[in-house]
This record gives sequence, structure tokens and C-alpha cells, in this order.
Amino acid sequence: MSKMKITLPDLASALNALDTEGELSFQAEVIEGEVPTLQVTVSDREEFPIYITIDDSQILAVSYLWKESEIKSGAREALLEALLTLNIPMPLSAFSKLGNQYVIFGALSSQSELNDAIHEVEILSDNTLEALESVSEFLQ
Amino acid sequence: MSIFKKLFTAVRGAATEAGEAVVDSQALRIMDQEIRDAENELKKSKEGLTTVMAQKMATERQVKEKHKSIEEHEGYAVQALDKGDEGLAIQISEKIAELTNEVTPLEALLTGQASSVNQLKQTIKQTEKRLQATKREVALIKSTASVQKAQDAIAATHSGSTSAMSSAMGSMQRIKARQQEKTDKMNAALALETEGGDGDLKAKMAAAGITDSGSNGNSILEKLKAKRGGGASA
Repeated sequence: MSKMKITLPDLASALNALDTEGELSFQAEVIEGEVPTLQVTVSDREEFPIYITIDDSQILAVSYLWKESEIKSGAREALLEALLTLNIPMPLSAFSKLGNQYVIFGALSSQSELNDAIHEVEILSDNTLEALESVSEFLQ
Repeated sequence: MSIFKKLFTAVRGAATEAGEAVVDSQALRIMDQEIRDAENELKKSKEGLTTVMAQKMATERQVKEKHKSIEEHEGYAVQALDKGDEGLAIQISEKIAELTNEVTPLEALLTGQASSVNQLKQTIKQTEKRLQATKREVALIKSTASVQKAQDAIAATHSGSTSAMSSAMGSMQRIKARQQEKTDKMNAALALETEGGDGDLKAKMAAAGITDSGSNGNSILEKLKAKRGGGASA
């Protein structure tokens, strides 16, 4: 397993520095711990922060979607069908589930460049909203 | 327990409240040790192979030399017969018989050594393959474990945040409401602009509290709405 190329502080600085017209802007903060996590708040979408971790094998960016309890009764199967169908057309991001929590995530090789990671985060944020719009009929 | 069985028990699928699979770090440590032991064994086998191969080469040399010697003596015997010296010819023949008796067991040894070498080579090859596969499995489990830890860290961070309290749809509604507010403000500013004639639109937007990211949000919302209008997929 090779050493990681970019670090969370690198990514945090890069995201914080982004200030392009018409593009998303971010507020990134490193949360220390056994596994340091980068918490990224996206302007105008503060309800859907992105959490990023980096280890030897991958850069993982996760956004929380909904819980099982938020799914309309009887709609679960149709929802899962929709998510599976959406996985490929939706660029870079994919759906997953952690216990009762549905998430959307993007994973990159730890050898990726900073720009790739930033791009992944931007797309993840857009995809989060797009996904929610797409399956809103199944959620309460 | 075989190393392969251990691999499966290391990732216990016991679902906890958060649905995490527990990776047994103790089992991983044991497997790491077993891999190290297997590698040591493999190393010894390879050294053993080198030794047997060297021995085989030595035996080959001896067999070759003996055969060469036999041929030479056969030549001498014929010469002796040509000279009519039967006595000498018989002595030489006895020497040939001696040499032949020496080479026969050596040839049997050589066959055995060749067979050992082949078997060892095969065993080593198979073991190496299995060891590679095991190492790959362990690496996979370790990276799963590390992702598991990452997820736990993320869950811990998220649960402390306010976004954890609200529903997804509720959050979406709030976002849309903010977008709508920004759009309204922008429309108001544009109306002002048309009314007032000239004037820096940007300045007016800034005065109305509209930042650049507002335009981005609006265009995305329009895009999303257009997509929704195009028919929802099942």
C-alpha cells in the first residue's frame, strides 16, 4: 500500500481557497481523532455537509442522505430500484447504506491529485441535490 | 484452523446498531504472523531446492565422468586386443566392470534427485500462488477495516451536527426556500436595473444581498426542475 499523496489539511486549504464566480464555495475543517475527518460545509447547502477521510488505500467523501424511517411506507423497493438505476448515470458518485442511514459517496485513489479530489467533492455536492430531487417521491 | 478459514472469521458479519461489520484485529494479527511463517517456510524450501539442485548437478558430473572413463577404457581394451595382449585386455575389462558397478547406483540417485527437484519446484510454485492470494485477501480486509474506522469517525462527527437532526426532504425544502429567496431578490434587482436605466448591476445585487453563488444555485435548481419535468424514472 503506497503512501497517500494529498493530506486532509492540503485538501482543506484548497477547498477553503476556492472562490470562483458561479462555482460552489466551501468551508472545510479538519476534525482530529483516531481517524481525522474533514468536514466540508457547502455554501447554500449547509444541510448536506461532506465528510472526507484519507487513508493508504483511498480518499473517501461521504454525504448523508436519509434514514430508513424517512422512506414512505411501501416505497422502499421502488426507492432501492431507483437508486440502483441512478448509480451509473450519476457521474463519479454512488449510493450506499450504513446501517439505517443512506449515503452518497465518492472514492478516489489515494494517489489522486488535489484537483481530482476537489472535482469529486463538487460533483458529490451537486449529485446529492440531484439524487434527492430524483427520489423525493419516495421520501416523506 | 486453516489460514483461509481464519480469513472468513476475521470479518464477522455481526450487524450492530449501525450495521457495521466488525473486523477482528486479533485475528488479523494472527494471520499476519501466519503469513510471515509461511514466507519463512517458503524461503527454506527454496534454499532446500537450491541444495538439491546443486547435489543433482554434482551427481550428473560424476555420472558423466564415469561414462567417459568407461568409454576410454573400452578403447584401451580394444587396443590391447589388437596388440594381442589378452591378459591386459582382461584387466582393463575388469576395470570397466568396476566403473559400471559404480555408475549404476549413481544413475539411480540422479533419477531420484531429478524427481525431487521437480516436486519441490511444483510445491514451491503452488505455495507461492496461495500465499499471494492470502496476502491479497488480508490487504483487502485491512483496507475494509480502515474504511470501517473512517465511517465510524464520520458517523461520530455527523451525529453531533444539526444536519443529523433533520430529514432529507426537510433540508431540501429549506435549500429551495433559500434559492427562491435569492431568485426573488435577483429579479427585484433586475427590475430596479431596468427601471433605473444604467447602473452597475453587480453593485445593486450586492446591495440586495445577493452573492455570486446565488446564481449558481438558481441555475442548478432550474436544471433539476427541468429534469423532473422530463418524467421521473421508476
